[in-house]
Amino acid sequence: MKRKLLLPLLPIVLIVVWLLLNDSLAAGQIVLGILLALLVTFAIAPLRPLPAWPHRLHLAIGLIFHVLHDIIRSNLAVGSIILGASRRQPRVGFMKIPLDMRDPHGLAMLTIIVTATPGTVWAGHDADSNVLTLHVLDLQDEAAWVRTIKQRYERPLMEIFE
Amino acid sequence: MMAIDISPWFALPAALLLICGGLLTLIGSLGLLRLDTFYARIHAPTMGNTLGTGCVLLASILVSSALAQRPVIHEVLITVFILLTSPVTAMLLMRAAVFRNRD
Repeated sequence: MKRKLLLPLLPIVLIVVWLLLNDSLAAGQIVLGILLALLVTFAIAPLRPLPAWPHRLHLAIGLIFHVLHDIIRSNLAVGSIILGASRRQPRVGFMKIPLDMRDPHGLAMLTIIVTATPGTVWAGHDADSNVLTLHVLDLQDEAAWVRTIKQRYERPLMEIFE
Repeated sequence: MMAIDISPWFALPAALLLICGGLLTLIGSLGLLRLDTFYARIHAPTMGNTLGTGCVLLASILVSSALAQRPVIHEVLITVFILLTSPVTAMLLMRAAVFRNRD
């Protein structure tokens, strides 16, 4: 197997969060941040048996823009549904989407994306059959939702995490 | 108190963003009133959670950067923490509702 570029994500994120919290790039803060990140990473290792080793992280940039675009679009969609609710109540409904992704970090990211987009909420996931239950505010075209979830979100997440 | 001067290049977009964020959050909260079932209502506040907060935080970044005369971006952390925590609440509420209506 070709050796992939692996990044220890947790300590890097912790350092970035520390520097942002302190709003400074002073050398002392960077050293303190690195110390803290290493300490937390080792302390938390027994709690998280499966560390996240994402590769091809550059794909995340495209994914973030996709998600931002979808958040803005669905905000407008949900807004118009709410304002039009006196004429027509939306057709709420559950739908099941079979997933191919198995990586727990990828699934967690998918949860965040789905829940952060107004109009859809993650309603459950069956670990055995790997089927995601999604709750949709206005269920019109089920196939379109399956396409969005699988192609726009799941495929890049699988490439990043698996 | 002395009035603090912010150049209109920062003040105007910030004001616009605040209005947008306020409107989005208001419409989202209005959804709690206008939608009729729990399953529909759970979607409404997400608007204020995502784009509403986003607009307010962008306005905050603009104004504090203008005041400090350097880029101030630690508001981004608020977005990160909201993104990490709000799905947990939404999922818990959703699971509780599904569990209660399971018959």
